[in-house]
Amino acid sequence: MSRPPARPGPEQPAGPEPSGRAPATGTADTPPGPDEHRVLTSLLGAWALAACSAAETAAVETHLTDCAPCAEEALRLRDAVGLLHSEDSLDLDPMLRSRVLEGCLDRRPARIPMPAWAAPYDAETARLDALLRDMAEEEWRAPVQLRWFDGERQAARETTVAGVLGHLLAVDGLVATGIGLPDPLPSGALPTGPGAGPQARTEVYWALDDAGHRAQAARERWREQSHALIRDVSFLAAEDAGPGGEHAAPDRRVDYGGFTLPLRDAFLDRAFECWLHAGDVAQAVDYPYEPPGPAHLNQLVDLAARQLPGAIAARRRSGLAPPVRGLATAGAPGRTLHLEIEGSGGGDWYIPLDSPGTRASPERTVAHIALDDLEFCQLAAGHVPPLDAAAGQDGDPQAIQDVLYATASLSRL
Amino acid sequence: MQQRLARGEAAALGELYDRFASLVHGLAHRVLDDEAAADSATREVFAYIWEHPRAFDPREGPMRAWVAALTQRTATAALRRQQQRDADPDSPEQAERFEEQVRAAAAAARADYIVTSMPSSLRAALELAYFERHDYRQAARTLGVTEDEARRRLRLGLQLLSSAMPRPALAPPGAEYRP
Repeated sequence: MSRPPARPGPEQPAGPEPSGRAPATGTADTPPGPDEHRVLTSLLGAWALAACSAAETAAVETHLTDCAPCAEEALRLRDAVGLLHSEDSLDLDPMLRSRVLEGCLDRRPARIPMPAWAAPYDAETARLDALLRDMAEEEWRAPVQLRWFDGERQAARETTVAGVLGHLLAVDGLVATGIGLPDPLPSGALPTGPGAGPQARTEVYWALDDAGHRAQAARERWREQSHALIRDVSFLAAEDAGPGGEHAAPDRRVDYGGFTLPLRDAFLDRAFECWLHAGDVAQAVDYPYEPPGPAHLNQLVDLAARQLPGAIAARRRSGLAPPVRGLATAGAPGRTLHLEIEGSGGGDWYIPLDSPGTRASPERTVAHIALDDLEFCQLAAGHVPPLDAAAGQDGDPQAIQDVLYATASLSRL
Repeated sequence: MQQRLARGEAAALGELYDRFASLVHGLAHRVLDDEAAADSATREVFAYIWEHPRAFDPREGPMRAWVAALTQRTATAALRRQQQRDADPDSPEQAERFEEQVRAAAAAARADYIVTSMPSSLRAALELAYFERHDYRQAARTLGVTEDEARRRLRLGLQLLSSAMPRPALAPPGAEYRP
């Protein structure tokens, strides 16, 4: 915020009224009565802020010369104006959060730590929340295009910033109910079974007409749930790690409708979605948004890379990719693609091409793809058509195509 | 929140940060006027709360006010340490200037806190008059209140703000505010 140039005010007292008429509320010659004193006193705040008319300013200043209590107050209020200050650093460095929290935990380790696989979700929800903090009312209604790859082509859906929050709330709700938290969707609103996936939940939530869709309320409901998720999963992981823990928390599975994910991967999946949709929101309101820190980005890339064998197999089953050549033996080393992700969140992944059951083997590499970490994430989000991804490629063209298409197919509404 | 911090929940520490980081960093920056120094004061404040989860006494007021006061003490102490590094022991003028700098920084931080915690009706009126340069009649129209009420809000808002200054505060008539 910046102030426009000053208009005449108490620092630059206004001259006498051009007409020479006496101000409405008393003159220096006739001391004001109690009523006039009351009116002039009520003007002191406006006077100190240079927010009254020239006539009123003159009347107040005349009054101040012969009313000591008012003069004293006027001085103090004018000094107080000097303390008003625009907020000059609205944006906290988002990386400060992890530095502060790490510093705390070094000094006093947590008794209920946060699982490492929940940390990206914690960090990404905090970053999105900070982006939303200073959002103006009309920005909540800014149009947002959600884009993904539906298996064959690019798909898109129009919503608003508030709608994106509803989408995140509704899909995070899958994980919430998976660990025993209440469902943000009203009971009975959804069919059960394979229909109850992310897309159906989002449509149901968007169709509800309640205050939860609007601005501040949308943010609060989403934030409350994300805090509850982090809190409860920490306890769950601590119990599982303790004596008598029968199910280790990472082996719990979250039902996504048509498929399930291990709890730890579900948290990474939600962190990935939160980051990308925060990017959609930031773009809609024309605000810069940074990628996650390297360690978290690496976990998100790893999740996508690990999901590729299953995604390739699913595309073959539905006829979107040609069948595998030759017979694959479960557990045996099979044809392999070397996926080299560059950048601070990158690394090397070896993707088995024949079936999810075969073992990847660097010695049996038939193709190599090199891709920047952020470009890979954009591809996995369905924001980039598979064959447009800026990838360095080498080797079996069908293998390369299978992997690029499978990566884009990981995306959904 | 306090019990969860005492129990050692890392998740509660994250929530504490999300609730207070912008207050803490904003006040520290106002006192120290330097990004790195404000970051470091922010680390110190959160580490103190995390290591002393029982230090806050809810009977003495809201946690936000307590965190603000802790931040101001921490940041002011950092400012004094900074001054000691630069100090010229033979310059009473410099000592006087440093003292004045601490007083002004503390008043500025108190004022920021008062502005963020005053009723939003008063804050909105001050912002219109100060940042938007509305006169009180325009402010009254924007806020949908009488001109009398707009004058009252501007005066009361400044009276609250003036309590940040070292001299004794004016008693705002009828103010429902305890600093």
